[in-house]
Amino acid sequence: MHPAPAIEQEFLPLRAKLLEIAAALDRIDRAGWSKGQDPRAERIRAAIELLGDSRGDRAEQIQLVFSRPYEEDWQGEFRITRSE
Amino acid sequence: MYYIDPHIHMVSRTTDDYETLSKMGCVAVSEPAFWAGYDRGSVDGFRDYFEQLTAFEPKRAAAYGIQHYTWLCINAKEAENVALSREVIAMIPGFLDRPGVLGIGEIGLNKNTRNEVIVFLEHVELAVQTDEQILIHTPHLEDKYQGTRMILDMLCDDRRLSRERVLVDHVEEHTVRHVLDAGFWAGMTLYPVSKCTPARAVNMVEMYGPERLLVNSAGDWGPSKPTAVPDFILELRRRGHPESLIRRIVYENPLGFFGQSRGFVFESPLLEEQQAAR
Repeated sequence: MHPAPAIEQEFLPLRAKLLEIAAALDRIDRAGWSKGQDPRAERIRAAIELLGDSRGDRAEQIQLVFSRPYEEDWQGEFRITRSE
Repeated sequence: MYYIDPHIHMVSRTTDDYETLSKMGCVAVSEPAFWAGYDRGSVDGFRDYFEQLTAFEPKRAAAYGIQHYTWLCINAKEAENVALSREVIAMIPGFLDRPGVLGIGEIGLNKNTRNEVIVFLEHVELAVQTDEQILIHTPHLEDKYQGTRMILDMLCDDRRLSRERVLVDHVEEHTVRHVLDAGFWAGMTLYPVSKCTPARAVNMVEMYGPERLLVNSAGDWGPSKPTAVPDFILELRRRGHPESLIRRIVYENPLGFFGQSRGFVFESPLLEEQQAAR
């Protein structure tokens, strides 16, 4: 059995998803979305920019845009001992 | 295709779902203790819940030909109450020898607070002392990356743990590599909005391979789809992946992971496997 190429399988669903994104952005604009007023708006803009990236890890990078940062020294900040 | 759902909360589903799952090839489910949608008021509430998980739910599943297994803990959302958490943790050993109990779970973090970390570590200590497997919930949405990294820090700091006996669940694109590289099992949860889709889960299989990967529906009282694992199977088939790969992820991998629990007694639906076991 030979599956259809990825582009053939993904074209119509991608088209539909892009239209949904476009329509949602249009709706937010009609509601008066302004740059700088809502940090979520900035994250959405950053995520959209990443869609134009071609390194092959867009999904991972967009996940990180919407993530709280990880601090390596969090255990020191929490001051937890194992016997607590 | 027979499959096992390694993470699904059947206490919140009706028997219609058991019937549907059975018709779609589900032969076993693994049900971690979870947040019921409200904070329980006392340790007695948890005692009753554990009774439901270990005594009633397996019977309900068996009526539809599904084998039911469970995990016990106080979940991360209620872990902010450290005093109650310690009462629950003290009660858990009394249930660990019941049939079908696989270990401690789903422990984890929710908002990545200090109290949640304390309770997580005390659950891990219990698992080490009782030689139980661990099933871990990683936080939702914006808290997932930070919480997963914190969880991995704590697990990797504890050299007593056998990493192949620990499942870190609800991985997504930004956490799966960290979990697999550290030597743990990784579970991909298929939710309509707040977690992964079947297509994205298959992408991760294609990028990382099937080793130590599980997929689940985590069906519960909120927006979820108990039949998500068959959706994943369909997506793999659409892309032309062999049945052997599909079976590896949805049937053999769960058997391999759960088989490390002394509470896992599984009767294969396949005649040849039944005969081989005798």
